[in-house]
Amino acid sequence: MKKAYLFYTLFLAAGMALAYASSQPQDGEGITPPPGGEEPEDALQAFDKMMAVLTHKRCVNCHPAGGRPRQGEDSHYHNFNVQRGADGHGLPALRCGTCHQRENNDYSGVPGAPEWSLAPLSMKWEGLSRVEIARSILDPARNGGRTLEETVHHLTEHELVLWAWEPGVDANGRPREKPPVPKDEYIKAVKVWAEAGAPIPEE
Amino acid sequence: MKISFHINGGAQSVAVDGNTPLLWVIRDMLDLKGTKFGCGKAACGACTIHVDGMAVRSCSYPAKFAEGKNITTIEGLSAGEELHPVQQAWIEEAVPQCGYCQPGFMMATAALLEKAPNPTDQDIDDNIVNICRCATYYRMRKAIHRAAEIKNANS
Repeated sequence: MKKAYLFYTLFLAAGMALAYASSQPQDGEGITPPPGGEEPEDALQAFDKMMAVLTHKRCVNCHPAGGRPRQGEDSHYHNFNVQRGADGHGLPALRCGTCHQRENNDYSGVPGAPEWSLAPLSMKWEGLSRVEIARSILDPARNGGRTLEETVHHLTEHELVLWAWEPGVDANGRPREKPPVPKDEYIKAVKVWAEAGAPIPEE
Repeated sequence: MKISFHINGGAQSVAVDGNTPLLWVIRDMLDLKGTKFGCGKAACGACTIHVDGMAVRSCSYPAKFAEGKNITTIEGLSAGEELHPVQQAWIEEAVPQCGYCQPGFMMATAALLEKAPNPTDQDIDDNIVNICRCATYYRMRKAIHRAAEIKNANS
């Protein structure tokens, strides 16, 4: 009886927390995973939207599995044998900043954003399924020690991440392809998914 | 907009559209013609300069980002009349053919030697990715090793 009461109390508290979190502005705060059970359908739809973005070349090109970034719409290895280097910012005399600055350069076609660099190797997404990517971004051992709240902040507010929707033009002046989901819909999807407890479907 | 920076040791201010490539400020406004225009796409490296010690492609570097920075071009690589080890080595190994791309290679090499005083062939291949239509790469490789020797002997 005592156990049942305790369970009911915890369940109620968790439900209230979830309802509270869902009602908050979309600032990434108040994220509280719900108790176990089936994932809400909207959370899974949100997962689909989010992963359509995270598996897009604008994201994966800089989350490579090895020591070399990818580039372009066909995700070829970065020209000039560009490499990750010890800190993810390139080699000693061939830094990312040798060519990439804080904003896109529409004259040269060189893309740019603050902190232009590769994701650490622990955050490699290249070659992973969307479920594997989702597990990776929730794993503090691989996501840079981020909590779910910090992960949401990174996914929805980091300027380098949001560059994907302002990718500029390439060396031939052609606009780069944007992710298949509009930015505001993606941000909303990430938050809906996280507020539902970040469910990962079985695939 | 007004942009102030140090170039080759001296203070400088220019009034220019902030998105103008720094290359054109250097060549056309400051009349330092050693830095070359090659591709205009940060690919060939002919326009390489140093910004706060880092090798940078000036054709793709908006002038506005130079505010407050220390810039070095090929004209400022040497210390007065004393040649920089890279310049000395380039002469000893008779590296240039047409010479157009060489200032960019020399600036990239000088940046490399600050970070890797004894670069291996692999270090050179990985870090010096400029393009030379005369294909002077073999002589440049020798000159880079020679520049490292000179620099280490001087320090």
